[in-house]
Amino acid sequence: MKFRWWHIVRSEWISLLRGKWILGYALIFLLLTDMMLRFGQSGPEVLLSLSNVMLLFVPLVGMIYGTLYIYQSKEFIELLLTQPIDRRSIYRGLFLGISTPLMGAFVAGGGLPMIWHGLVRDHLYAAVLVLGLGGMLTVLFAAIGFLIGLLFYEDRIKGFGFTMVIWLFLAILYDGLILLLVAVLGDYPVDQLILGITMVNPVDLARILILLEFDISALMGYTGAIFRQFFGSSTGVIVAGAILLVWLIWPIYAGQKQFERKDF
Amino acid sequence: MIDISQLKKSFGGRSVLDGLSVQIPAGQATGLIGPNGAGKTTLIKSILGLVKPDSGEITIQGKKLNGHWMYRKEIGYMPQVARYPEKMKVHELFSFIRNLRGEEALYEQELIDRFQLRSELEKPLSVLSGGNRQKAGAVLAMMFAPSILFLDEPTAGLDPRSSLRFKETVHQEIDRGKTVLITSHIMSELEQLVSHVIFVLDGRVRFYGSLETLFSEVGGKRLEPAIAAMMEEDE
Repeated sequence: MKFRWWHIVRSEWISLLRGKWILGYALIFLLLTDMMLRFGQSGPEVLLSLSNVMLLFVPLVGMIYGTLYIYQSKEFIELLLTQPIDRRSIYRGLFLGISTPLMGAFVAGGGLPMIWHGLVRDHLYAAVLVLGLGGMLTVLFAAIGFLIGLLFYEDRIKGFGFTMVIWLFLAILYDGLILLLVAVLGDYPVDQLILGITMVNPVDLARILILLEFDISALMGYTGAIFRQFFGSSTGVIVAGAILLVWLIWPIYAGQKQFERKDF
Repeated sequence: MIDISQLKKSFGGRSVLDGLSVQIPAGQATGLIGPNGAGKTTLIKSILGLVKPDSGEITIQGKKLNGHWMYRKEIGYMPQVARYPEKMKVHELFSFIRNLRGEEALYEQELIDRFQLRSELEKPLSVLSGGNRQKAGAVLAMMFAPSILFLDEPTAGLDPRSSLRFKETVHQEIDRGKTVLITSHIMSELEQLVSHVIFVLDGRVRFYGSLETLFSEVGGKRLEPAIAAMMEEDE
């Protein structure tokens, strides 16, 4: 009776592995990390480069993947809904079934070269932090993608449009907009405001966590510098991590609520 | 017994079901007809719990459905468009649903033979023809021996031989005392299968009764002209 959703998870895993492109996705990160380590960059440098790639692309891939999955699987979802199973189990099965392989692909792709080049041994905490954050962002943005797919169930164009806008906004424009805000309101004490705005963006939060670890706030944007100054390293990590955790939970929860009350 | 009373549902301000009430006794074979957009699919989806009605009540075998899901054990549903995960093989699809429900599929092997799917079992669903996919859907709907069957345009993609076999199977299910609800635009096919028809128009029941009653009301002995006459009447 319990754990019905496990059957859905397992069948998704099998389908994805047969689809092979998830292996390609892992391979990209594997080659990237391996090349950088092979051609003599130092461990922290490699981790930073990987973080930059990760912060840019993981949200995009996760979100598109989540949205696309909903649109591709409409009939299958309907088949599941006509079975004697509750909607919550179906949602749980579908979401875990598609988000965990994508997360695994990133962690394995980035992590394996780190292991065989000895980077994990020398910089364990930093490596775990980068890989963990990437995995977390994968799940988070897959959940947002799922939610968008469910909200715009009948309108793919709108769904994908929203996906792109959210990605552009969170991953690319956000830091620039904050700089603009600082430039305009520079004469006023806006530090607290900036701090608050930063917390709204999970990509920024992940970026801050990374730059606090590597202690190079100056290289990674204005928001990092303020965060650093305000919290100091250890408090900053805890606060940013906690908020990121909230960020992780709400799209999953909102998606579940939407799935439970939706007309299919 | 399926008891539906005062069912209302609108999508984005457009009313699809407008206080629809109908009672289908157990063991009856019923045809569900009506023009496109009349609310047939929404009605079936409401009974299956895919669509949540705005108001009204649905009772199946004495149990009201509000958010429950166990009752779906009793319903086998064959959708109009049968599409499944492409990478999955046919036999994997069957065993997946079996494991998911945690039930024995009493009729699985019998149905596979009847619909001549045995040679397709090892193929992934992506390479299956539309008709064979439809047949796989029929196996899924019937293999747990549910007491209620919903068939949505079941023969639309089938070749004549498969269609004939399918109709024989449905007949058998009706003889076994199953409650069967079929939507179809092929009136001659419905004539062979059902004893009663529900004619839905603009989200309400326009006519509900046995074929004999319908014929005596409208005149004639065929379903198609009778329904056509009724649709004309309303315009």
